[in-house]
Amino acid sequence: MTKPILELKHVVTKVNRNTPEELTLLKDLNLSINEGDFITILGSNGAGKSTLFNTIAGNLTIDSGDILLRGESIANESEERRTRFLSRVFQDPKLGTAPRMTVAENLLLATKRGEHRHLTPRHLKQHMAEFKEMTSGMGNGLNERLTTPTGSLSGGQRQALSFLMATLKKPDILLLDEHTAALDPKTSQELMTATNERIIAQNLTCLMITHHLDDALKYGNRLVVISDGKITYDVSGDEKQQLTQEKLYSFFSDLQE
Amino acid sequence: MTFGLGVSAIGQGLLWATLGLGLFLTFRILDFPDMTVEGTFPMGAAACVAAINNGISPIWATLIAIGVGMLCGLATGLLYTKGRIPILLAGILVMTAAYSVNLRIMHGRSNLTLLDKPSLLKLPIFAHAPMYFDSVFLGFTVIVILTLVLIYFLQTDLGQAFIATGDNEKMARSLGIKTDNMKIMGLMVSNGVIGLGGALVAQNDGYADVNMGIGVIVIALASIIIGEVAFGELTMNQRLVAVTLGSILYRFVLLVVLKLGFNTNDLKLFSSVVLALCMMVPVFRDMFNLKRVWKRGISTHD
Repeated sequence: MTKPILELKHVVTKVNRNTPEELTLLKDLNLSINEGDFITILGSNGAGKSTLFNTIAGNLTIDSGDILLRGESIANESEERRTRFLSRVFQDPKLGTAPRMTVAENLLLATKRGEHRHLTPRHLKQHMAEFKEMTSGMGNGLNERLTTPTGSLSGGQRQALSFLMATLKKPDILLLDEHTAALDPKTSQELMTATNERIIAQNLTCLMITHHLDDALKYGNRLVVISDGKITYDVSGDEKQQLTQEKLYSFFSDLQE
Repeated sequence: MTFGLGVSAIGQGLLWATLGLGLFLTFRILDFPDMTVEGTFPMGAAACVAAINNGISPIWATLIAIGVGMLCGLATGLLYTKGRIPILLAGILVMTAAYSVNLRIMHGRSNLTLLDKPSLLKLPIFAHAPMYFDSVFLGFTVIVILTLVLIYFLQTDLGQAFIATGDNEKMARSLGIKTDNMKIMGLMVSNGVIGLGGALVAQNDGYADVNMGIGVIVIALASIIIGEVAFGELTMNQRLVAVTLGSILYRFVLLVVLKLGFNTNDLKLFSSVVLALCMMVPVFRDMFNLKRVWKRGISTHD
């Protein structure tokens, strides 16, 4: 039995606390993530997928319950502090990179994720060969543009860069929030393939929100459905392999009734 | 005479360039306007002159000016990040409060002179320079050191985290950068440099005045923007040098304005006009884009 790397226990997350607009987004959510899990997350709009990510990453604080990393509570740790073990890629290509800084400078920032930054020279040149090799693996010309400000890259290149930045320093937990959704179908497919290869090669523990049922079925070893702030479906291993789109569709229509 | 005025303009440009460099850190890198400078500049001047009058050496007095400037930056930074007050208002609050503090520093007087007291310009290495060249030498020394320090700082891991904070705060936080601390640090360094500018200008002019801060943000912005308009696309290091060149250019513009027969009371009006015109350069470029005008001339109306 593998030990869970991250556990959410009876997590309740509210927004607009103590106002008339108070909303409970996560309602007693339980999830146990094992080391090496690649979990695809499905759910309709407003089900709480992004809230789950924001809760894990520390953008939102929990109202009750607990979040445990390898058995230790991290519920009170700040967003910045949690970046020691966690990285994420956002849906919007603009959010993941610093537009006026070059590709190499962005990558360099990511090598120090979660660390203290001192008044020591950054040593950009020493990293260039490594960055060149890493970016050429994405196969989208990023390696030719290391000294270009990221603001002038295409959306696909930016998302590929964001993904590289998130995995450059191996995270214990990787959160992918529909990171291919803003791209055209071909670019999206290429990034998804590259993503899958890197997750398997590095044996990363990853949670991926997606709206594509076929992506959710094709990738990962486990599939989770969130609805109304709870995990309502959780399959892994062989059971997931045997899952089909039809079964998922019928499951979703059952939910709506 | 004209030569003397030119040299004097270069000296003024160099001394005032410290303001441009200080403001560059907040205005261009953190990407917000910091009004604190209008209080920090006279505070640096007042603290420096008061310290020298109390028998403290000019070098220490100048360092004290940097220190009080940093305190002003700290106050604005805390109001902005921890107090969640919008940056423009946080700056105005500290700037207004600084006015009273400055009067305290100057023992209730609105003007404090150095008279025969020592100053950085009277240090042996500068004192033997010909007329007006003392401020050029002092300004040049300070600007070279300051620019090199800033270039080094921006190339460190901490400096890169600082730049990233201004460029994309959400990303910076997701990489574990404490963006609040970066903003406070930026405001402190920026205002420290502006306090230094106040100390230098006061020693050059021979006095500190409680009203000398009015409009300095426009002068600082003018050096930044004139530099950018004059030199176009540059790397970060080149941009820092361009600020100083912009500051000197700006002094020559003022010189021309005075030569045209306007008096010094009109200078603030001209400062604003010059800055406004420079900031509208992109709009003018679009408006007078000859290529487009030509294209329009030959295309049919449909």
